[in-house]
Amino acid sequence: MNRIDQRFAALKEQGRTALIPYITAGDPAPAHTAGLMHALVEAGADIIELGVPFSDPMADGPVIQKACERALRHHTRLTDVFEMVREFRRGDAETPVVLMGYLNPIERFGYERFAEQAAAAGVDGVLAVDMPPEEADELAPLFKAQGLQSIFLVAPTTSRARAATICDHGEGYLYYVSLKGVTGAASLDVEAVGRQLDGLRELTQLPLCVGFGIRDGASAAAVGRVADGVIVGSALVSRIAEHAEQPERIPDALKRVLGEMRQALDA
Amino acid sequence: MTKFSDLTRLPDARGHFGPYGGRFVSETLSFALEELEKAYLSLRDDPAFQAEFDRDLATYVGRPSPLYHAERWSRQLGGAQIWLKREDLNHTGAHKVNNTIGQALLAKKSGKPRVIAETGAGQHGVATATVAARLGLQCDVYMGAEDVERQKLNVYRMHLLGARVIPVESGSRTLKDAMNEALRDWVTNVDDTFYIIGTVAGPHPYPMLVRDFNAVVGREAREQSLAQIGRLPDALVACVGGGSNAMGLFYPFVEDEDVTMYGVEAGGDGVETGRHAAPLTAGAPRGVLHGNRTYLMSDEGGQVTDTHSISAGLDYPGVGPEHALWKDVGRVQYVAANDDKVLEAFRELTRMEGIMPALESAHALAHAKVLAPTMRPDQHIVVNLSGRGDKDILTVAKIDGVEF
Ligand SMILES: Cc1ncc(COP(=O)(O)O)c(C=O)c1O
Repeated sequence: MNRIDQRFAALKEQGRTALIPYITAGDPAPAHTAGLMHALVEAGADIIELGVPFSDPMADGPVIQKACERALRHHTRLTDVFEMVREFRRGDAETPVVLMGYLNPIERFGYERFAEQAAAAGVDGVLAVDMPPEEADELAPLFKAQGLQSIFLVAPTTSRARAATICDHGEGYLYYVSLKGVTGAASLDVEAVGRQLDGLRELTQLPLCVGFGIRDGASAAAVGRVADGVIVGSALVSRIAEHAEQPERIPDALKRVLGEMRQALDA
Repeated sequence: MTKFSDLTRLPDARGHFGPYGGRFVSETLSFALEELEKAYLSLRDDPAFQAEFDRDLATYVGRPSPLYHAERWSRQLGGAQIWLKREDLNHTGAHKVNNTIGQALLAKKSGKPRVIAETGAGQHGVATATVAARLGLQCDVYMGAEDVERQKLNVYRMHLLGARVIPVESGSRTLKDAMNEALRDWVTNVDDTFYIIGTVAGPHPYPMLVRDFNAVVGREAREQSLAQIGRLPDALVACVGGGSNAMGLFYPFVEDEDVTMYGVEAGGDGVETGRHAAPLTAGAPRGVLHGNRTYLMSDEGGQVTDTHSISAGLDYPGVGPEHALWKDVGRVQYVAANDDKVLEAFRELTRMEGIMPALESAHALAHAKVLAPTMRPDQHIVVNLSGRGDKDILTVAKIDGVEF
């Protein structure tokens, strides 16, 4: 069984909500990433979404845009990202890792080569933000052959017909985008999210995880009451930005933010 | 039926032109794009919609635009006869307005009170601000900070028209970054905002509908050629940024195998220097940006590379997906014109014909200048004069060392 499925099965047994942090690989510099991933796990991460930096992150707000810029100043490439995952795996064989990013770096790397090397490095799933299932017919079988899961987004604007298609193609978990906007946007309507998730549960058994707009223990706990997992990105990445000049402070800063969410979720 | 007939049946139902095109967007936008596609496909064949579009083009834009025989310049070049399709004479001064008139009709039908656009040279921004003023729609235009500087006159023009111009400071601060920011706006405000994309790029259905709205250029040019030359031209030449003016001119001729077509990209300092914006000519790798797959200038890590061109409107690392296919099947030859040759052509047409072209259009002229002497005087070239040069006067003055 894939590590992601295993993790959700265990969480279900324990009656717990998944906590899924996002950081950008190579931010603030490639040497820090594996260590930060371990810190996230120590603070209670169940799955890690590792961003692949891209020059034109169209779905991201300023916080993650800047993270991409910091990572790209160090020329972080896919081969480097795989190396970071390998390094992480030397100390952690269990925590699932999902690569999240945009299609072009994968396209340039070559689909087949990407699938092979990602799987070999210890990646468990891939979410390409600008690749809806309709455009995935070339990539998805290559992922499947390597045991990589294809994770897809569902949005508040997704029609029921589309949601059904996405549920058919999705693996691992569904990433429900809580609001219309880019990452790092402010407000989130938990009741509306809950209603949407109810609709999705009629279509799929996949765990439903919610991202965008979760910034502290309170918002995490609120979403955690309706979702199987909460995804947090900009709230962590902005801590990395704050301490980019003193990177030794970043692990503790991340642990504080994530630890508060873990506590709130488990309370 | 000719060997290129298949090209007229694209895109396919999923918005693909062969391996190119498609709809590579984050999920939040999928619904809006499906809606737009549905709305457009139902209106496309609606005679009332077409009549309204034609009427606006006639009475508001001033179409048809003339096909002008540049006799003096042709004589000087000593070869083929050069004809200029005068899109510069359109209201707002470029071909861009053909598309914004069409999309404004779609926006009106959608009932959304706000439009947004990205712009490079500012011509598409001006054309969008213009139709927004006419329809009483709120209008925000994203423009790279570097282009805001290069195209100050158009920025103020948009301001006068009631639009807000939002400078984009991220990335290379040019057209691609403006498009990123427009997409971020759209994803946030998709319920009440219609995105008027300015070229034959972006996610499906934009490449198709921008092509269709600009195809009036080629339809007119074809008729005018038959009437004024007595036959079809031997060659068509148009500049290619995203590719909308070229697509508009070329598309109605696509099955006319004997008409050779040249798409002229921005050579910048020279394709061999790497400082250019000519993905097709340079044979850039296949990539995905702004919702479609196409030839895309990117480094080996898949990061989109900075482009360079004297003209803001061509300063874009990708190109419309239909052009990508037309390169592969050999329907169009894509070449590049370097900045120095472009300036030379700009000055030459201004002095010899009293027509000041946009720097974008001067790329097409620069290639016509290379092409004409290789042809006979009884042969004919139609060049798309996609826009007028007023907006570029400050840029050229600066090169001349003149400050105002
Ligand atoms: C006059 C003119 N021509 C050409 C272009 C390039 O666009 P496209 O390649 O879509 O025609 C522009 C873009 O700003 C323009 O203003």
